[in-house]
Amino acid sequence: MAKERITGSEALMRSLEHEGVTTLFGYPGGAIMPVYDALYGYKDKLNHILVRHEQAAAHAAEGYARVSGKVGVCLVTSGPGATNTVTGIADAMMDSTPIVVIAGQVGTSMLGSDAFQECDLVGVTQPISKWAYQIRRPEDIAWAVSRAFYIAKSGRPGPVVLDFAKNAQVGMVDYEPCDIDFIRSYVPVPKTDPETVRQAAELINGAKRPFILVGQGVEIGGAQEELKQLIERADIPAGCTLLGLSALPSDHPLNMGMLGMHGSLANSVKTQECDVLIAVGMRFDDRITGKLNTYATQAKKIHFEIDPAEVNKNVPADVAVLGDCKQTLAEVLELVKPNCHKEWIESFQKYLDEETSVVIEPEVHPAEGPIKMGEVARKVTEMTGNKAVLVTDVGQNQMLSARYFKFSQKRSIVTSGGMGTMGFGLPAAIGATFGAPDRMVCLFVGDGGLQMTLQELGTIMEQHSPVKIILLNNNYLGNVRQWQEMFFGKRYSFTPMMNPDYNMIASAYGIPNRTVIDRADLERGIREMIDTDGPYLLQVAVIEEGRVLPMCCPGNDVDDMVLDY
Amino acid sequence: MEQEKTFYTLIVFSENFAGLLNQVTAVFTRRQVNIESLNVSASSIKGVHKYTITCWSTEEQIQLITKQIEKRIDVLQAHYFTDDEIFIQEVALYKLSTPAVLENPAVSSAVRHHGAQIVEVNPTYTVVSKKGLTDDIMSLYYALNDYNCVLQYVRSGRIAITKSCTEYLDAFLEERRRIHEEQQKQK
Ligand SMILES: Cc1ncc(C[n+]2csc(CCOP(=O)(O)OP(=O)(O)O)c2C)c(N)n1
Ligand SMILES: [Mg+2]
Repeated sequence: MAKERITGSEALMRSLEHEGVTTLFGYPGGAIMPVYDALYGYKDKLNHILVRHEQAAAHAAEGYARVSGKVGVCLVTSGPGATNTVTGIADAMMDSTPIVVIAGQVGTSMLGSDAFQECDLVGVTQPISKWAYQIRRPEDIAWAVSRAFYIAKSGRPGPVVLDFAKNAQVGMVDYEPCDIDFIRSYVPVPKTDPETVRQAAELINGAKRPFILVGQGVEIGGAQEELKQLIERADIPAGCTLLGLSALPSDHPLNMGMLGMHGSLANSVKTQECDVLIAVGMRFDDRITGKLNTYATQAKKIHFEIDPAEVNKNVPADVAVLGDCKQTLAEVLELVKPNCHKEWIESFQKYLDEETSVVIEPEVHPAEGPIKMGEVARKVTEMTGNKAVLVTDVGQNQMLSARYFKFSQKRSIVTSGGMGTMGFGLPAAIGATFGAPDRMVCLFVGDGGLQMTLQELGTIMEQHSPVKIILLNNNYLGNVRQWQEMFFGKRYSFTPMMNPDYNMIASAYGIPNRTVIDRADLERGIREMIDTDGPYLLQVAVIEEGRVLPMCCPGNDVDDMVLDY
Repeated sequence: MEQEKTFYTLIVFSENFAGLLNQVTAVFTRRQVNIESLNVSASSIKGVHKYTITCWSTEEQIQLITKQIEKRIDVLQAHYFTDDEIFIQEVALYKLSTPAVLENPAVSSAVRHHGAQIVEVNPTYTVVSKKGLTDDIMSLYYALNDYNCVLQYVRSGRIAITKSCTEYLDAFLEERRRIHEEQQKQK
C-alpha cells in the first residue's frame, strides 16, 4: 500500500478507524483542537459523543467497554481535561476495563516549562494505568495507537493513556497502518502448566464439599459456557462476585447468589465449610474475604487466574492454574468426572431460607411503610424479564440493586467495584446504551451519586440516549449513614442531604419523569418508564433509614454476618 | 507480629523506555518497602536496561513486589536473590585532606591495609577508591573518619551477577522470539 502524507491528527483518525473504533466520548479544548478539526471530517465514521465533563467521558468509555467487550475510547484536552479523566482511569484499572484515553498535550518544545494547560499526565497516570505513553512525533502515532489498543484489550484488560503532543498532531507523516499483536516484554496470557490442570481436576474430582467463586474474569474471558459446564458436570454450587454476577444466569440452580460483605449468608457460611474452594477470574478483594487469616483456612484452594501478580497476593493458592480461563476451564473440564453433591448443595438451603425470611422478604415484599430499594430493584428486573443491563452507582442503591436484580444474559452488570466511584453510574449508563444499543439499560442511582455527574443529563438529552434512570432517593448518603448507625453511635455527621426537585431538573432537560411515593404507584411508574421510548427518570422516594443486609462487618470473619440489628 | 526480614537483591531487565524507573520504584513505595540501593545501567544486550535494587523484605513481600514489577508492560523480567546466589560488588570514593594524610602515617597504612587505591594526590586533597562489599567499604570509612581526614565520601549502589548457570533473560528472549515467529507464521 502506498504511503500517504497526512497530518498527525488525520493519522490518529485513520489509526482509530483501523482499530475498528466507531464510538468515542470526549470534550474538546486548546491542546486537542487539531484532532477535533480532523474529527470533523470523520463525522460519518466516528460517532463522537460530546459529554459534559471529562470524568464522564472516561466512565462512559468504561460502560461502553463493559457491556460490549470492545475498547472504550475517550478524547480530551490537556491539563484540566486530562486530569478530569483520572478517576475513570483509576476505576478502569481496578476493574480491569479496557479503555484508551487520548489527551492533548502542549508541544514538545514547551514541555517542562509550565506552559498553559501543561500537566505531566504520563507521570500522573502511570501508577493507575496499564500503560501510559507520550506521543511526541507524528511518526509514532500509528505504532502507539495500535500498541495502546493491543495492551488495553489483551490479557487482563486495563486503561491505556496516550498523551498526544500538539506538534505531533500538526506535523506531517507518511502514514502506514500498524498492527501490533506482540510485545516482547509483555506476556498477556501466561503459559498454563498442564500439571496444574491435572492437580486442579484431581482436587475437584476428590472434593466432597466444593464451592466455586465466579469473578469478572469469566465475563472478560468469555468463559461463561465453560464455567456452566464445569459446575453442572461436577455438581458444584457457585457464588458470584459483584462484577461476576451475570457470568452465570441468576436462576441457574447452582447459582447461590452474590459473594462478599453484602453477599448471601449461605455463601459466607459455606466458604468456611467447603473442602475445595475454586476461584475463577477473581482476586480475593477484601470486600469478598473479610478477615484474611481466617478465610477458608480449612479448604484447598484452586485459583484460575490470568494475572500472575494476583496469585498468592491475598489468599495463598494450593493450585494456581495460570492462563485464560476459557482455555484452562476447558482443559480441566476434560479431566473432571460427573459428580453429585446433593447433600452438600442441600445444606445451603437452611441459610438461604433463613436469609429469605429475615432479610429478603422484608426488603422485597414489605407489607407496609415506605418503599424499599430492594423492592424497586426486584420489580424492575421482573418487569424487564431479567433481560436488562443493570448499571449502578455506588452506595446502598448499588448493593441492593445488585442483590435483587436478576440476570439471564452475560455482560449485564456495570458497576464500580474496586474503586467504588460515586458518580460512575450516569455516564457509565450512557456508555452502555452505545455499547449495547439493542438492550434496555437500567441505572440505579442514589441522590448523592446522581448529583456527582448530574450534568450528564445534558448528554442524554442531546443524544436521546435511552437510559432508564431509577433514582432511589432516601435523602441521605445512605451507605455512610448506615455505617454511622452501626459503628459511630448514630452520629449522622454530614450524611443527611437536602435535595433539589429532580422532576424539574429532568424536565428542564426534556427527559420524561415521574416520582413514586406510594407502593401502589410503583408498578405503574415502572411500566411507564419501560414503555417510554428513550430516556426516563423514575424517582422513587424510598425509606430514609434503609439498611443493606446481611453484612459482614469490615475485619470480621467472612461467615460472621449480621442479618438484622 | 513483625516477620523476619532478609536482605534481597532484585535484578530487573527492561526495555529502554522513558519513565520506567518511576514505575519500578513506585511498586516499592506502595508496598512500604525502602530501597537500600539502586543501580541502573545498560545491560549486555542492546536496548535492554538492567536495574539492581536492594532492600530488606520478607520472602512473601519480595515475591509480590517482583511480580508486580514484572507486570509492567515494558519490563522484561524481574528476579530476586539472596546474597549467596549472586556475586556482588560496590565501589566507594573517599576524598581526604592531604595535610591530614601527611601528618598521620596511620592514614596511608589504613588505606593500604584495606586494599584501597589512591587515584589522585594534590597539595589540598587525596582521592582514594575502594571496591568491595558494604562492610569493608564502611570499615575503611570508619577508620579514616577516626583520623578526622575525610572531606567527602560516597558509596555506590550494589551491582550483582548471578551464580546460576542459566541466563534467565537469554532464555526468556529466545522463547519470546520463537513465539513471535510462530505467531507470524500462523498469519
Ligand atoms: C467519589 C466518592 N465519594 C465518596 C464516597 C463515599 N461514599 C460511599 S457510598 C456514599 C453514599 C452514597 O449516597 P447516595 O448516592 O445517596 O446512595 P445511597 O447509599 O443513599 O443509596 C458515599 C458518600 C464514594 N464512594 N465515592
Ligand atoms: Mg441516598
